[in-house]
Amino acid sequence: MQTTLSPEVISQNVLEIRNLNFYYGSFHSLKNINLDIKENTVTAFIGPSGCGKSTLLRTLNRMYDLYPGQRAEGEIMFKGENILNPKQDLNLLRARVGMVFQKPTPFPMSIYDNIAFGVRLYEDLSRSEMDERVEWALQKAAIWTEVKDKLGQSGLSLSGGQQQRLCIARGIAVKPAILLLDEPTSALDPISTGKVEELVTTLKSEYTVVIVTHNMQQAARVSDFTAYMYLGDLVEFGETEQVFFKPKRKETEDYITGRFG
Amino acid sequence: MNSTTSISATDQDAHQGDVSKMTIQEPINMSIYAKRKRTNLIGLFLSMSAMTLGLVFLLWILSILFFKGFSAFSLDLFLNKTPGPDSVNGGLGNAIIGSLMIVVSCTLISTPIGVMAGIYLSEYGQKSKFSEITRFLNDIMLSAPSIVIGLFVYALVVVNAKHFSGWAGTLALTLIAIPVVVRTTENMLSLVPVSLREAAFALGAPKWKVSLSIVLKAARSGVMTGVLLALARVSGETAPLLFTALNNPFFSLDMNAPMANLPVVIFQFAMSPYQNWVDLAWGGALLITLSVLGLNIFARSYFKEKISV
Repeated sequence: MQTTLSPEVISQNVLEIRNLNFYYGSFHSLKNINLDIKENTVTAFIGPSGCGKSTLLRTLNRMYDLYPGQRAEGEIMFKGENILNPKQDLNLLRARVGMVFQKPTPFPMSIYDNIAFGVRLYEDLSRSEMDERVEWALQKAAIWTEVKDKLGQSGLSLSGGQQQRLCIARGIAVKPAILLLDEPTSALDPISTGKVEELVTTLKSEYTVVIVTHNMQQAARVSDFTAYMYLGDLVEFGETEQVFFKPKRKETEDYITGRFG
Repeated sequence: MNSTTSISATDQDAHQGDVSKMTIQEPINMSIYAKRKRTNLIGLFLSMSAMTLGLVFLLWILSILFFKGFSAFSLDLFLNKTPGPDSVNGGLGNAIIGSLMIVVSCTLISTPIGVMAGIYLSEYGQKSKFSEITRFLNDIMLSAPSIVIGLFVYALVVVNAKHFSGWAGTLALTLIAIPVVVRTTENMLSLVPVSLREAAFALGAPKWKVSLSIVLKAARSGVMTGVLLALARVSGETAPLLFTALNNPFFSLDMNAPMANLPVVIFQFAMSPYQNWVDLAWGGALLITLSVLGLNIFARSYFKEKISV
């Protein structure tokens, strides 16, 4: 919304979702979703509780695979590969498609190790390279100045807002292609929320961000594209400005203006 | 229903002149409230007396133990070996060393096995048939009489080796300790929130790494507590050692030979007619009680401290 998109930015699709259906056991929770996510943009999923927006996000790194009984059908093309393919290596996929959750989840270790944990999984860095990487990630997440003198302290000693930015730093540190944010600010106060939102808009120069949010102002503030979902259907998808100011569908307009039944 | 309400309504109208005030009366029925207070008092009285009964016997046991055991406490108790009947300057040194060796080796063996089994049950086989059976058998093992386990090891090891040994005692105690460690580890790991596991998976961490570096680490103080409680449990076991490690009147560090240990020495000395033996048995009983108490206090305060962080 704050940037007018130049044609070359919007040309590249990093994720192409085709005919995606999702089932929790016998419950059909995503119905025939078709959606493109473009590189270096922020895409927001909005909609009322239970509409499937978090479910859709969790198919993008196959987080649902941890639970038996949940399955997805269709195609999600990421860099020329269908990530729903059963042969897809899930650890590698999740290293390239990072995720930050609703509640801050610092690991029970030092702030430094919280960041280094993910990096060590796939990269063999020297001590000084690792120091640089940790500082870089914490800088990116706008928390470096607050923690630079206490990197050895437990990640659990930080405040809620700081913990969430630590988790974002942890997600950035492994340099994924895509960063999925699942209601990242719903447990935070307005000041921390503001910091995280600022962060999201700066992140898109290097990452593709997909954010699920309950807060429509937030979607309007941070995203370039918005998808409105309702009861497992993708009702409307388009540039955020268009979805918010000139929605094509009556249902979208009702939800956005708060007249939703 | 309808008829009753209409009757009571007409009743009110008939008996009370200005009904308008009565209709907005607060809906508090004092007799129900008084009855609830009485029930509360009775319940409180019953639970307090049950607690008092329990505490009286506990304090009784502890005070006799302190009274009789403290007189046996001296440097000799720790340094000298178990004496002959009616001789002087005897101690429990060999039994203390034997007990320490048996209990420490039991801990070293049972901790990795128990913790790994707990990780399996909590992280890998939540709903598989195999883990359900394991869980069920583990619960049986938890409540198995320790004398049965002693006899089992006697039949399996002592009879075949044709001699009692410290290792046989260690094995018996290990079989008692493992189920305790498995159970507490599984419980503590299942308290770790799912969101923490998901966060680690979201970074591309493989399952074993998530289990060991994140989940076990998050629950480490609880798991440690389980190990310490198992240690406290086995350090007082007598029956399994009676059939396995037996006893040894001399200082011995040979785990392949019969080994002195506090519970069996207490058992034998307490039943003897010799005054010096009986005194030492009281001293040993106090020593075990104090160490178990200390372990429990340490485990609980350690756990409490870690959880508040």
